[in-house]
Amino acid sequence: MSDSRSIPSDSAIQFDSHGRLRHFLTIHGMPRETLLGILDTAESFISFGQREIRKVPLLRGKTLVNLFFEPSTRTRTTFEIAAKRLSADVINLSATRMSTSKGETILDTVRTLEAMHTDMFVVRDSASGSSHLIASHLPPHVRVINAGDGRHAHPTQAMLDMFTIRREKGGFEGLRVAIIGDILHSRVARSQIHALGTLGVDEIRVIGPRTLIPTEIEAMGVRAFSDMRAGLRDVDVIMMLRLQRERMEGQLVPSEQEYFSRYGLTEDKLKLASPDAIVMHPGPINRGLEIASSVADGEKSVILSQVTNGIAVRMSIMATLMGGTDRENGPVTP
Amino acid sequence: MQPIALEPILARMDQEIRDLAMNDPLMIGIHTGGAWIAEHLHRSLAIDSPLCSLDISFYRDDFSRVGLNPRVQSSSLPADVEGREVILVDDVLYTGRTIRAALNEIFSWGRPSLVRLAVALDRPARELPVQADVVGRKIELDADKQAKITRDGNGVLNFEIVTRVP
Repeated sequence: MSDSRSIPSDSAIQFDSHGRLRHFLTIHGMPRETLLGILDTAESFISFGQREIRKVPLLRGKTLVNLFFEPSTRTRTTFEIAAKRLSADVINLSATRMSTSKGETILDTVRTLEAMHTDMFVVRDSASGSSHLIASHLPPHVRVINAGDGRHAHPTQAMLDMFTIRREKGGFEGLRVAIIGDILHSRVARSQIHALGTLGVDEIRVIGPRTLIPTEIEAMGVRAFSDMRAGLRDVDVIMMLRLQRERMEGQLVPSEQEYFSRYGLTEDKLKLASPDAIVMHPGPINRGLEIASSVADGEKSVILSQVTNGIAVRMSIMATLMGGTDRENGPVTP
Repeated sequence: MQPIALEPILARMDQEIRDLAMNDPLMIGIHTGGAWIAEHLHRSLAIDSPLCSLDISFYRDDFSRVGLNPRVQSSSLPADVEGREVILVDDVLYTGRTIRAALNEIFSWGRPSLVRLAVALDRPARELPVQADVVGRKIELDADKQAKITRDGNGVLNFEIVTRVP
């Protein structure tokens, strides 16, 4: 996928010299065991919603900054809730480039916040590679989580999707998964494809207009379909993508009506998939554009479970990154 | 390696818990060894309320030093602890830090009316003011030794003293 070439191989920076996960920037290049470990830990955080006190003291005294240079409601909110359930202090900075519009560079902004003793940054930016850039310029004890960078990656979304699939389907083996929509511009799709491939599903398909499917995608072991009916056949998991309305203006997509009739998920098309197929969507939903309301609210939809699961998965990622931080300050006696 | 006979330990714990004369107790075993011991006691004492188990990983005081246990289990408290008499079970009482963490976790689920502590082995080297109400056996070990409980495929528990790997 075209964007990834311009970005340095960012998997290595995610691990310290002892092989411990230190940043969460991309799924690409991450070992299977690391992904499974995050899913397993998330499983133990799921029960927290049932407790009298929905908090654990793991990140007590730590400061997390949600640094959002792009608008977001649910991602930022679930990160905030996840951090608070781990007892961290959370600061939300969501503006369009904030100080950067005053001429300060993104790195100066981050260094200033780091000087205020921030322990972890959650970064969303419209430029691919921003979180990688930030991670490579911070001292080793500071953690960075990519909450979506340009068209590059959205790894925590992909992990909550994997968590939801595993809970609904019991595992990954033998599954046929279809990702539907604007594959070309989607950081979600890119991260999903890496995660599904690493976790070993049987088959990954992408479905969308030819103009919105990267030409080199089949080299990633993915089957591409421009005919949605053919692509949906016998699929176990349907992952819808949000269609950005500005793509209409770029003439990559015909009219809304035509898009919906060809690529909108309707009850009629859903019948082609496996009888126990599940329907997923990262939100926010464009009802009547990429998905019919009756499907989004229907019995096969797990869209709201994805949101709930997102909290447990983000707790798991934060706890995994922050554990054992003292060891970087010197040897530890047992 | 030196085995420790488990039967007399379990028999003594069973008797001492009966002597506490608790009112409709809720038994909670600490993962992993404590939960195994609790399984035996829950059966031998014929406790009505379902057995609960606790993984205290999220409450440990060494998270920032050693990180998260890679195999955290979900705590399972099927019954409401609010207002209940709780009997907390662990395999070895040593520094007292595990019990401190377990009490914190129990209180995140609700407010019990009282908590008693039952341990299979009491190894005196406390770092916190924690004492057990029920003790299967007292044991003194060298600093490099560790009492370790294992369970085989048939569910049979084995207690033995091993040299700690640094």
